Amino acid sequence: MVTEIKKTSWVAALSILLVVCLIPAAVYAQGSGPSDDEVNAVAKQLYCPVCENIPLDACGTTACEQWRGVIRDRLAEGWSEDQIKEYFVAQYGDRVLAEPPREGFNWVVYIVPMVIFVGGGVLFITGIKRWRDSGQDRTLRRGGKKVPEPDKLSDDDIKRVEEELLKRSKG
Amino acid sequence: MKKILLWGGLGLLLLFLTIGLIRSQKGQVSVGEIAPDFELISFAGESYQLSEYRGSVVVLNFWASWCDTCKPEAKDLEAAYQYYRSRGDVIFLGVDYVDTEPEALGYLEEFGVTYPNGPDLRTEISQAYRVGGVPETFIIDQDGLIAHVQIGPFRSLEDILLRIDPLLD
Repeated sequence: MVTEIKKTSWVAALSILLVVCLIPAAVYAQGSGPSDDEVNAVAKQLYCPVCENIPLDACGTTACEQWRGVIRDRLAEGWSEDQIKEYFVAQYGDRVLAEPPREGFNWVVYIVPMVIFVGGGVLFITGIKRWRDSGQDRTLRRGGKKVPEPDKLSDDDIKRVEEELLKRSKG
Repeated sequence: MKKILLWGGLGLLLLFLTIGLIRSQKGQVSVGEIAPDFELISFAGESYQLSEYRGSVVVLNFWASWCDTCKPEAKDLEAAYQYYRSRGDVIFLGVDYVDTEPEALGYLEEFGVTYPNGPDLRTEISQAYRVGGVPETFIIDQDGLIAHVQIGPFRSLEDILLRIDPLLD
């Protein structure tokens, strides 16, 4: 019985030792550099400067691999996402950004779609209104019952009507 | 008033689209045009201003380390540079197009390139020359005019000399 307990204690001690030894190794492996996910999180905000309209995280060319390597190196050096993006813009120009900076001529990219959207909406509503009005007009004309605009009574007429009504009520 | 705004906006949009289309269809700067001026900061940190080389022939080569077709001509360009070096009136400048510095430096070392090379920061030089890809080489004469546009690599050292020699006295 005593031997059995000793054996169990040894196994438990060895297991604890093994876990203690493995924890720093795991921590070391994780801290050895930025993960692919971290690199891709920055890469997807940038576009390949040579193959148009392909985000850097989805691009398979040698050039893109090199650029992802640059992102990995910079992240390992402690650079922030914004610093890395600024570096890429300084090297390769604004076209590497998924969203062009809101300045100068770039405003066209943001304003034109809005103008088209609003303009299109106004045109649509105006068109619908006109179509409805013309539809009503057609219906009235087809039935021959175009309702005339009511004539407005002048002040004199109103006065006369009131006098007449007064006379009749007295009579 | 509404109509004027609508048609004005539409006209402006069409104008932007037309300008963009014309720009994209324009192609490289062509022979006879004035070579756009630029400043190239080499990997060694030295500055090279094109306008300062009036009176010399300038060989402006666009390349990148990831460009396989650039590799065969790299040694030929260096050989041409060595061939004209003692004359002093033929300048070679290499512009590294959208590349990463460590790989670019590795490329220059691999092919033994010793003439000035530097990155095309913000792709300003390649945009000025309307470069469509690499390699592309522009040979600029003593008056600052484009004398030859090489789309794709030179085939040999002789091919390069053949383009430069007629420009020299």
